[in-house]
Amino acid sequence: MQVVVDMNKCQDHGQCVFAAPDVFRFDDEGRLAHVAAPDESLRAEVEEAADVCPLQAIRIED
Amino acid sequence: MNAPIVVAGAAMAGLRAAEQLRAAGWTGPITLVGSEPHMPYNRPPLSKEVLAGKASFDSLAFRPRPDVHDVRWRLGTTVVRADLDRQVVELDDGETLPYRGLVVATGMRPRRLPCPGPVPGRHTVRTLDDARGLREALTRPGVRVVVVGAGFIGCEVAATAIALGAAEVTVVDPMPLPMAGPLGELLAGALLGRHEQRGIRFALGTGVTAFHGDDRVTGVALADGRVLAADVVVESVGSAANTEWFEGNGLDLSDGVLTDEHLRVGGRPEVIAVGDVARFPNARYDGVPRRVEHWSIPTDTAKHAAKVLTAHLTGTDAGLAPFAPLPTFWSDQHDFRLQSFGAPALGKDDVRVLDGDLDGDVLVGYHHADRLVGVVALGGRAAAAAAARYRAELLKQPSLIA
Ligand SMILES: Cc1cc2nc3c(=O)[nH]c(=O)nc-3n(C[C@H](O)[C@H](O)[C@H](O)COP(=O)(O)OP(=O)(O)OC[C@H]3O[C@@H](n4cnc5c(N)ncnc54)[C@H](O)[C@@H]3O)c2cc1C
Repeated sequence: MQVVVDMNKCQDHGQCVFAAPDVFRFDDEGRLAHVAAPDESLRAEVEEAADVCPLQAIRIED
Repeated sequence: MNAPIVVAGAAMAGLRAAEQLRAAGWTGPITLVGSEPHMPYNRPPLSKEVLAGKASFDSLAFRPRPDVHDVRWRLGTTVVRADLDRQVVELDDGETLPYRGLVVATGMRPRRLPCPGPVPGRHTVRTLDDARGLREALTRPGVRVVVVGAGFIGCEVAATAIALGAAEVTVVDPMPLPMAGPLGELLAGALLGRHEQRGIRFALGTGVTAFHGDDRVTGVALADGRVLAADVVVESVGSAANTEWFEGNGLDLSDGVLTDEHLRVGGRPEVIAVGDVARFPNARYDGVPRRVEHWSIPTDTAKHAAKVLTAHLTGTDAGLAPFAPLPTFWSDQHDFRLQSFGAPALGKDDVRVLDGDLDGDVLVGYHHADRLVGVVALGGRAAAAAAARYRAELLKQPSLIA
């Protein structure tokens, strides 16, 4: 599973960080950072993170 | 019986319901019926980026999860009646559709003012087509804009209009402050100041009595006797639930569709309601059924209700605690964001600044019986991040009825 985030769309809502804290976090400068190829066991979490992004900036590629 | 689960309403809540039914293990047929001709799309940018011309209409479409590729879409089609005893719905093209499960996801439509006067020149913002029409009207040079209603959509539209170069933007509301209902006086006062600094005028504490003009609006008459000149009027005076098609089943439709603590309707385990139209009790707070018009609610309700419906239809036990979402809401206006977690409206009698100050980035806490029930941040990114830090604390708070 590959996780792609469109950083041109991201507006720091942080909903993905709540939904999938093992995959998304804010770095020390407050910018979104994420695990690009998370373990398959985290799929449900990542799908939820993609759903709750108000900008629809998160994509899952198999 | 191979009847599908029928989803009435094919916008965000309808799409999320279909996806969550698959996630819950429902492998049977699903049919989504939706009045709009478009595939489900995201509404928040309609009053912000799309109206401002910063996002294209095409960028709004949701990307459905792959496991709903086989659902049947009946777009441009309206459900006109439901018979819950016979388990059928009727469509406006004359078809009668039997169902095994029914999902009510028909959402809201904007309320209109009942005042006399011409209709052309008056806009509402709910759909893609509404936003297209309003953008065209706002981008004419030198327009004078009157926004009726100082709720979140009215405030967003006003901010977008001034950024687009409107000559005048005035917001009218019978309440003394913008967004006072959800925010309380302290923060609503700060919000008013920020809008005024950016050139928005307000006519507060007074309502609209009539629209002036012959074949189109030229002015807005107020209860206090003033008349505001207007080329464009935006009515953002709240919304009404789309439930007419659901009448005749002996249900409480006084404000949306009343549900139980598992989003089931009318004591029928095969009928659920999701999204803006659902009036559900929230076990996290006082258990009083309310509708919640926040973007997070279609997803939250769909997740819970789809598990409940699938368990019923497959004869298993969903084993869920009562629905208890943590409400969350944001609004982008000018260069600042409002970010809310919890239920500030339940703690407006005891409001305290938790961080920052009212002229800059500020974080405000709302309390009930000395317990934190909601936080709202106003300002830049740092304020929103501060609010997010309180989210875990709000999640830990015991229920108000416990
Ligand atoms: C302009 C705007 C800006 C917003 N901004 C924010 C924001 O910044 N933050 C936030 O938290 N929330 C925001 N929201 C709220 C959020 O978008 C809504 O909570 C969400 O869209 C609700 O989705 P829904 O699917 O429940 O209802 P709706 O979006 O109302 O969808 C209902 C659908 O059902 C269809 N329908 C109705 N009757 C029938 C029928 N009889 N048969 C078939 N189909 C029918 C309708 O045509 C519609 O497509 C905003 C809303 C708007 C309108």
